[in-house]
Amino acid sequence: MKAVSIVAGVAAPLNRADIDTDAIIPQNWLITTEREGLGRGLFSNWRYLPGTEVPDPAFVLNQPAFAGARILVAGPNYGCGSSREHAVWAHLDFGIEAVVAASFGPIFRDNALKNGLLTAEVEADVAADMLAHLQTRSPRTMTIDLADTQLVGPDGRRHGFRIDPERRNALLEGRDDIASTLDRSQVISAFQRRDRQRRPWIWGQSS
Amino acid sequence: MSSGMSLFDKLWRQNLIEDLGEGRGLIHIDRHLLHELSSPQAFAGLRQAERVVRSPDLAFAVPDHIVDTGPGRGDRTVPGGEAMIRALRANAKAADIALFDVGDPRHGIVHVVAAEQGIALPGMAIACGDSHTCTLGALGAWAFGIGTSDVEHILATQTLVMRKPASSRLTVTGTRAPGVSAKDLALGIIAQIGVNAAKGGVLEIAGPAIEALTMEERFTLCNMGIEASARSAIIAPDATTFAYVAARPNPPVPLAPAIAAWRALRSDPDARFDAEFAFDCDDLAPQVSWGTNPGQTIGVNQAVPDAPSDAAPRERDAALRALAYMGLEAGQPILGLPVSVVFIGSCTNSRLSDLQVAARVVEGRKVAPGVRALVVPGSARVKAEAEALGLDAIFVAAGFEWREAGCSMCVGMNSDRVAPGERSVSTSNRNFEGRQGPGARTHLASPATAAASAIAGAIADPRAYLR
Ligand code: SF4
Repeated sequence: MKAVSIVAGVAAPLNRADIDTDAIIPQNWLITTEREGLGRGLFSNWRYLPGTEVPDPAFVLNQPAFAGARILVAGPNYGCGSSREHAVWAHLDFGIEAVVAASFGPIFRDNALKNGLLTAEVEADVAADMLAHLQTRSPRTMTIDLADTQLVGPDGRRHGFRIDPERRNALLEGRDDIASTLDRSQVISAFQRRDRQRRPWIWGQSS
Repeated sequence: MSSGMSLFDKLWRQNLIEDLGEGRGLIHIDRHLLHELSSPQAFAGLRQAERVVRSPDLAFAVPDHIVDTGPGRGDRTVPGGEAMIRALRANAKAADIALFDVGDPRHGIVHVVAAEQGIALPGMAIACGDSHTCTLGALGAWAFGIGTSDVEHILATQTLVMRKPASSRLTVTGTRAPGVSAKDLALGIIAQIGVNAAKGGVLEIAGPAIEALTMEERFTLCNMGIEASARSAIIAPDATTFAYVAARPNPPVPLAPAIAAWRALRSDPDARFDAEFAFDCDDLAPQVSWGTNPGQTIGVNQAVPDAPSDAAPRERDAALRALAYMGLEAGQPILGLPVSVVFIGSCTNSRLSDLQVAARVVEGRKVAPGVRALVVPGSARVKAEAEALGLDAIFVAAGFEWREAGCSMCVGMNSDRVAPGERSVSTSNRNFEGRQGPGARTHLASPATAAASAIAGAIADPRAYLR
């Protein structure tokens, strides 16, 4: 994973609660064995006119003020629903590097932080203020600084945000999680050896 | 003074390889279930990094999401889907992972098959790249959905690094009235406690009304756990669980020591939870969802609710959007709403008992003109058992399609879809916008309600058909 420390740029408001992963990337885009190219499917049921890939001018990411957005500010429980990691890959492929919300679906958040998509949890009123600002006023830029877990909202105010500290360090380092666990290979082997005695039924089965 | 341990505390402790501090642990995964949707990129990542599968004997693979469910199907399905099925097959073969392929008598929806084949057992930590893995918590297992990065991590290490999740408990009391199923219970609970209730943690479901459930009913209930934001839903294993396990194709031998260990898997009387919920099912009626999340659910004889003016703006906005998407007006009765598609299937409601109750509703009746009605068994084994009982003949005579096992219309990824603007009654678990196809309007309900609605051509009260 590539290291992440600061995300700065245009922020787009998605003022809805409970945006599920079916909405983030509808299932027809999941028919692939690749991680790349999924940006086309991001919010496709909202972004395009029905049955086409023609941008719907009413959708926020299609509006000139939010061209090149790198940050999304959304309602609470963002990314609830299915475990599809495609939802995360679609953001990154589209160019979104961070999502700010009062809360996230737990599997989406884990997936995001494993891929370098930053999830910044803020208080509900802070998110509501940012959404209100972005929907009505310029500027539309924000800065999120992972090193000090502070962000500067579009109105210039500074707020702290929540992110799992261990994940934060992993993002700052660009850590390879699998390599870190493989360093513990001997402890895993020892556990498995003991477990064969303790719970043989886990191990005895073959099909 | 320390308090007692919860069922989940015990499962966490049992599978903890190493305490990594700050609430994090290295966790052993006892079963890793793979399917064609979330695994190809994980195997590719593994290959790229020149890593190998550490414990292939603990992994099982089955293609289910994308497979066609038409009679005589092979690998052919929607464009691009075949490559996913082939990738799963090739990856399983190369890594020496057991595969229940299309056409195998053990094939079916991953969560149905894992239980039915005895792959999932009480006390296990089970992970699968699918959020409805919580289904298997019905066995008293710690079962949860993961993303593709975690799939790759388990393939390489047979472990996950996790923060210990919060845990809550739901206590269910009362007695369900006739015609009120485990699905109605699940929907009623989510409508009451909310889609966010479990906050991404572990939800233990307990109480006298739960002890009275059959294993298949428990699977239905735990399946919907994720819709209340429970990444895992767990029911303590008991005599019902042990009898179910003993009847699997390859039960542990000898079984007695395993059962002795499983008996300890229950919450101590003084266990503490981060939150407690209660639900009483005495007055529960058959439930139907009216909106676009599973919590937007009412009794079949109730009216579509008004967007609450006094509620938080979040709930009000969600309700208004849902009404518009579903083409409904506040105050209209849900009963009698015309439908054009009925789907009986999915990992929520595709087991033998689900098909049996639907067949009871349908027997000797006809699907209403203009309604497309499908029955999609959850596994090849369920299909064979249903056919041995003659259920297929009952469905076909009534005008239902009788199909091969798979996820089918639950997810609109294969060729079984609901057309834009069409209204369906579905026994699946998600009524999100576009879930059954772009613009599809999904009403979640029990198999009996779905079957009755197929006959009526409109949302119907199953109790009128079950006498
Ligand atoms: S039946 Fe539906 S919910 Fe279940 S695994 Fe398949 S797609 Fe997921």
